[in-house]
Amino acid sequence: MTRVNLVLLAVLVACALSLITARHQSRKLFVTLERAQAEGRAYDVEYGKLLLEQSTWGMPARVEKIARENLKMQLPDASRIEVVTTGAAR
Amino acid sequence: MTRTSPSRAAKPAPVLPRSRATVAFALLGVAFAVLAGRALYLQVVDNDFLQQRGAARYSRAIEVAAHRGRILDRFGSPLAISTPVKSLWAFPAQFDATPAQLASLARILATTPQALKKRVASADDFVYLAKEVSPETSERALALGIHGLNDENAYRRYYPGGEVTAHIVGFTGDRDVGQEGMELSQQAWLAGVPGSRRVIVNRRGDAVEDVASIRAPQEGRDLALAIDSRLQYVAYRELKAAVEANKARAGGLVMIDVKTGEILALANMPTYNPNSRERGARDRMRNRALTDVFEPGSTLKPFTIAAALDAGKVRPDTPIDTNGGVMTIGGRTIHDAHREGTLTVEQVIQKSSNIGAARIALQLPATTMWQTLSEAGFGALPRTGFPGEVSGRLRPAKTWKPIEQATISYGHGISVTLVQLARAYTIFATDGELKPITMLKTDGAVAGVPVVKPKTAAEVRHMLEMVTQPGGTAPRAQIAGYRVAGKTGTAHKLQGGVYTDKYVASFVGFAPVSNPRLVVAVMIDEPEASSYYGGDVAAPVFSAVMGGALRMLGVPTDAPVGNVVLPPEDQRVREET
Repeated sequence: MTRVNLVLLAVLVACALSLITARHQSRKLFVTLERAQAEGRAYDVEYGKLLLEQSTWGMPARVEKIARENLKMQLPDASRIEVVTTGAAR
Repeated sequence: MTRTSPSRAAKPAPVLPRSRATVAFALLGVAFAVLAGRALYLQVVDNDFLQQRGAARYSRAIEVAAHRGRILDRFGSPLAISTPVKSLWAFPAQFDATPAQLASLARILATTPQALKKRVASADDFVYLAKEVSPETSERALALGIHGLNDENAYRRYYPGGEVTAHIVGFTGDRDVGQEGMELSQQAWLAGVPGSRRVIVNRRGDAVEDVASIRAPQEGRDLALAIDSRLQYVAYRELKAAVEANKARAGGLVMIDVKTGEILALANMPTYNPNSRERGARDRMRNRALTDVFEPGSTLKPFTIAAALDAGKVRPDTPIDTNGGVMTIGGRTIHDAHREGTLTVEQVIQKSSNIGAARIALQLPATTMWQTLSEAGFGALPRTGFPGEVSGRLRPAKTWKPIEQATISYGHGISVTLVQLARAYTIFATDGELKPITMLKTDGAVAGVPVVKPKTAAEVRHMLEMVTQPGGTAPRAQIAGYRVAGKTGTAHKLQGGVYTDKYVASFVGFAPVSNPRLVVAVMIDEPEASSYYGGDVAAPVFSAVMGGALRMLGVPTDAPVGNVVLPPEDQRVREET
C-alpha cells in the first residue's frame, strides 16, 4: 500500500511540475505574441505613413509639374497620336 | 534562571476553583467566535472587494485601440489615412519644470518658453501643451523628465488629395468623428470602436495571460470610392483654370460612368485644404455640385423634346415656326434674340431656340412633360450616398400655367443640381434608361430605369451631336478623335425672385457617341471675363476633361483625328439665354 502511495505521490509531483512548466511556457509565448502583435500594429502604422508619403510624392499635380518643367515633356496633340487596334482586341 | 526547589515541587497541586476554568473557556470561546465571525465577514460579506484588490495586483484592463478606416479611390490609392499621434497635457498644479527643462521643451515643440508658461497658466485643471505631435516628438518631450507632463494617444487624419478631393472626402473633427462629405455619411463604416480586455501582468508589466475580453475592438473598415484620382485631378485642374480665366464666382464638374453609374470625378470651385482648415471657410466647403440648385436653362431642352418625341407629337424633322423670335403666352412675351424663321425640331436643339422649345412643349399635356422630367430624376434626391444632397424643385404639373410650362421647357422655373443634370443625361447616353448613381465603387454595369423609348434616345443623341458641330452652339466641345454630344446652357440667375444680368453657363454632354462611356456636366457660376455663353465658357472645359479622360481610360476612338471643325468667330451660333 505504501509503495502505491509513493508512486502516486511521485506522479502527482511530476504532474504539478509539468503544469508549472506548461504555464510558464504559455506565459512566455503569450508575451512573444503580444510583442509580435504590437510590432504588427507598428508596421501597420508605418505602412499608413508610407502610403501617405507615396501619395504625396506621386500627386498628379507634382508629377505633371516635373514632367512639364524638368523633363520638358508635353502632351502630343491629336494629329501626332496614332491609334492602333489589334484585330483580336475588338 | 532560578532553580525550582524540590520542596515546592513535592507539594500537592492546589485545586483551582472550577469557575476560573469556565471563565477561561468562555474567553477562548468568545475569541474564537470573533475570529470565526471575522473570517465569515471577509469570506462572505467583503469577499468581492478583497478579490478585486487582489486581482488589481496582477491583472489589468487594457484598452485596445482601433483606428479609423482608410478612404481609398477606385484603384486603392489613399484619399484619407489616420496615423497615430500624441498630445501632451498637464495639470497646471502639478506641472513643475526648471527653466532649463522648459527651454528644452519649448525647443522640441518649436515654441518659446514664455508661450508655454502662458499656456500652463491659462487653465486651472487641465491644459494641452501640444496637440497632435508625432510620437517621436512626444517621446523626446517626455524624456526631459518634467514633473506633471503627460501624453495621450490620438489619431490625426491626413488627406493626401488635399484640395483636389476635399469636397468628396470631407473631413473629421474632434475625436475622429466625420463632419463633412463621405467621412460624415460613412461614419459608422469607417469608425473603429476601441475594445478593452483583461490580462495578467508580470512584475515587469508585460501581459502574460489573457483572462477575458471585456469588449472586442472593432477596427474601422476601409472605404473604396468610385473616384478615379487621375480623372479627378484633370477635372479639378481644368475647372480651376476655367473659373480663374472667366473670373467666375464658382464652378462645378461631375463625371459619371454611363455603364456603372459611378461618379468618377466631382470637382468644385472654390475649394479648401482639409489638412489645414481655416475658420470661416464654410462657404468653400460646400459641395456645390450636390447641394446648390440653379436654374439650368437650355440644358433642359432635350428633355422637353424627348417628351414630345416619345408622345409622338413631333418627329426630328417636324418644322417648328419660331414666329420671328417673339411669342406671347398669357400676356407674357418670350424672345429669341436671333431671329430664325422655321426650324426643324433638330435645329431647335442645335441652335437652342427658346421659342421652338416652348412651342413644342405647349403641344404636350403638362402632366406628360412633368412625368418625363420627374422620371429623369428632377425634383428628387439623386441618392448618391452623399450627405446634404438636395432635390431641387419641380413643381407639380397641375399648378403649371401655360407660360410656366413654356419657360420650364427651356429650363426656367425649375431648379436642379449639377449632379441631377449629369445623371439625367444618362438617359440619352443609353437607350433611354436613367442610371442610379453612386459615390462608392461598384462592380460591373447596373440596370437603369427606362424613361424614354430607345428610338427617342437615339434621336435626341443625334440632335445633341449636332450641337457640337458647326451650326450648333458648342463647336468648342469637340474632341479630336471622338464624336461628342451635349447641350449648352446659359441662364440668367434668379436673385431674390428677379432675373439679373448674371449668368450660369453650363454644358452637359457625353462621349464617344457611338458607344457612350462618360457623361460630364460642367457649370460655371457668374463668368465675368469675355463671354458668359455656355458654349464659350463651359464647353471648352468639357472638351478638355472629356478628352483627357477618354484617353486615360483607353476608350477606342470613333472618329478620324481631323474631325474638329471650328467655324470662324463671326459665324458662331449664340444660344438664347
